[in-house]
Amino acid sequence: MAAGVATWLPFARAAAVGWLPLAKQNMPKPPVDKKTRSDEMLFVNVSGLRFQTWKNTLDRYPDTLLGSSEKEFFYNEDTQEYFFDRDPEMFRHILNFYRTGKLHYPRHECIQAFDEELAFFGIVPEIIGDCCMEEYRDRKKENQERLAEDTEAEMATDTPLPPNSTSRERLWRAFENPHTSTMALVFYYVTGFFIAVSVIANIVETVPCRPPKGSKKDLPCGEKYSLAFFCMDTACVLIFTFEYLMRLFAAPSRCKFMRSVMSVIDVVAIMPYYIGLVMPENEDVSGAFVTLRVFRVFRIFKFSRHSQGLRILGYTLKSCASELGFLLFSLTMAIIIFATVMFYAEKGTKGTNFTSIPAAFWYTIVTMTTLGYGDMVPNTIAGKIFGSICSLSGVLVIALPVPVIVSNFSRIYHQNQRADKMRAQQKVRLARIRLAKKGTTNAFLQYKEDGGLQICDGDSTAVCLKNRSSFEHQHHHLLHCLEKTTNHEFTDEMTYSEMCMTESVGYRTSRSTSLSSQQGVSTSCCPRRAKRRAIRLANSTVSVSRGSVQELDTLQVQKSSAGPQSRSSLNARTEELKLNCEDRDFTAAIISIPTPPANTPDESLPSSPAIPGILRNSRSSTYTHETVKISSL
Amino acid sequence: MGAVVGTLTMQTKQSRPSKDKVDDELEMTMVCHRPEGLDQLEAQTNFSKQELQVLYRGFKNECPSGVVNEETFKHIYAQFFPHGDASTYAHYLFNAFDTTNNGSIKFEEFVMGLSTLLRGTVREKLEWTFHLYDINRDGYINKEEMTEIVRAIYDMMGKYTYPALKGDVPKQHVDAFFQKMDKNKDGIVTLEEFITACQEDENMMRSMQLFENVM
Repeated sequence: MAAGVATWLPFARAAAVGWLPLAKQNMPKPPVDKKTRSDEMLFVNVSGLRFQTWKNTLDRYPDTLLGSSEKEFFYNEDTQEYFFDRDPEMFRHILNFYRTGKLHYPRHECIQAFDEELAFFGIVPEIIGDCCMEEYRDRKKENQERLAEDTEAEMATDTPLPPNSTSRERLWRAFENPHTSTMALVFYYVTGFFIAVSVIANIVETVPCRPPKGSKKDLPCGEKYSLAFFCMDTACVLIFTFEYLMRLFAAPSRCKFMRSVMSVIDVVAIMPYYIGLVMPENEDVSGAFVTLRVFRVFRIFKFSRHSQGLRILGYTLKSCASELGFLLFSLTMAIIIFATVMFYAEKGTKGTNFTSIPAAFWYTIVTMTTLGYGDMVPNTIAGKIFGSICSLSGVLVIALPVPVIVSNFSRIYHQNQRADKMRAQQKVRLARIRLAKKGTTNAFLQYKEDGGLQICDGDSTAVCLKNRSSFEHQHHHLLHCLEKTTNHEFTDEMTYSEMCMTESVGYRTSRSTSLSSQQGVSTSCCPRRAKRRAIRLANSTVSVSRGSVQELDTLQVQKSSAGPQSRSSLNARTEELKLNCEDRDFTAAIISIPTPPANTPDESLPSSPAIPGILRNSRSSTYTHETVKISSL
Repeated sequence: MGAVVGTLTMQTKQSRPSKDKVDDELEMTMVCHRPEGLDQLEAQTNFSKQELQVLYRGFKNECPSGVVNEETFKHIYAQFFPHGDASTYAHYLFNAFDTTNNGSIKFEEFVMGLSTLLRGTVREKLEWTFHLYDINRDGYINKEEMTEIVRAIYDMMGKYTYPALKGDVPKQHVDAFFQKMDKNKDGIVTLEEFITACQEDENMMRSMQLFENVM
């Protein structure tokens, strides 16, 4: 809970006077606050720099070092001050957190030093205010990445393999990190060399060589030295195939490996060769075969395993895909518009190149990008006019937005990242708030379960209760007053949904008697509900669903001695509390849940998770004086 | 090209609403209020100087501008009752403290209210409670006003209660209340009826003493 709220707690408690006329039951006694009321000033000496603050200021956050009794460990009797041997500059920020409720991150400080100080003083970094949160997160992530990189680099090169790794693991490691062993390095360079050789061979075999003797036509070298090129190609493909098969064998997850981009590139690079081998020397098919050889150029992509830069480029393009797609889309729109216009403008001309709209696309693209090959030119006046408009707008469409779009890319990219970050932070923030809320609600339920609602002397309070701060005591007292005012108790979601579920189970309609106690509690509100709850509490879930319910209307007054006996088996701790506390002020009848003969509450009840929740409430209610619960079946 | 122009214009439109909000917030922080002197407040309330000092330090820390507006008040009150929705009740409570009805609580109003609640006589406390219930300040509590208050209180309990809130529990509560308070059964409760009925209820009188050591 935001601790600045602690200052308002006395006000909220005072305002509870407004509930008094409405309350059906008496208000519980407030917790005894033994601490002195007057505010005192504390001295905190941090490495020689003296800070002074009110004790109340530090008490605002009782779960930190300075707010709890942990600071007593640092108390110096001689100088009557708390001495901390820490960084005084950082302490300033920490003390400001107590004062203002917001933790700020000093931008000039090292993030790790700051984190360490926070950890020492018991402050969670999540409460850094919005103003500084983004900076803090960024710096922290940067730091972590840098550390991760360092450790990764270390690990990759220096860490020896575990001694009992299989040859498969070693092979995979050799492929992924060629620097680990000499063999891997050799293999790495050999494959790199052969990729280069293969690419150069592809290029060179198309260069025209001097024709052989007796022929005038120029031949491409590929055909002149076809055997040599074929041998080179075979060698390269053999190496690539071998490499691919080795990788496939060594991969820890073969399916994942086969789906990865690099393996697809590998396959595409070597496929044409094998298909060429398999295919017969047919004239028709060889045309298609020639096309396949184009795919050999993909071998150049195999270099991306050897080059970090290529990989980063590919990744960047992939991440900017949506912006590029948008650019393409808008260009397509412009092209279609102008191509249509040009086609219809040039339609009448005889012998025109603009034979169709798709044919006009080529003209539009060439004109808009200001290439102007001149293979297609308009002849009509209208065509020339629209052609000039096309080229002018081409300058605007392509040349102008390109820098804008480029800067937009980087801006949108960073903005998206920030928006995602903020959304994630918001989600985290909301989750934290919800958790804190749940924490406070659960705290109160836990408090009830621990028997905190009893009035006990100081010595006999359970240890868990003693550790709670006075703020918590008072806050729980306030919530307890609200319960008394409305005559309903707080439960958690689980037990509530359990109760709703049992109500939907078929129940036997039976005569319902309403009983009223001396307090005048109206029972007409939910006799049926009370009945079903009684069923639930007394039986196990199984018997409820079977509907084995007896009709009982009994009114039993439980004295303090009788109470624990029926519930003693359930919780020894509360029993001990009960025995210790003496003032029991029974002014109203307390009804215990009547038990059908099938089960008794003394038996160990089924330990389904829902029941203890409900039992907890009923238990606490039997222990609090002046609670009336009517059960009638 | 049209698409490019379209996207560029779309970007500029979004920036405008945020500017207005920033201006509004800037205006609000300019309002600053200083309370009367410590001696005057000590004379007007039942608090000692030290207590007033502690109260003011806490108040000023939370609201540096010196006034609490309703939103802040609701937010603070909601922190104490995380189970349910405390905003309606906080609204009525705010109106009860805001004696000048100007939409904000100054430190003097805050301290006067606290003084009545914590250090006032029984009659003063009951009068304060009566004013809390009397939403429209006409001097009478009728069933509608009471139902609203009770509903607001039950809202603070939230959904997950034991026993579950089914049926019109607030209404029954109000009926029970009116049965106790409304002596002449005319459907409204006057201040005197209220005070008389409360003073007859011993348990309530006893409970009232409990809240005195809150400060």
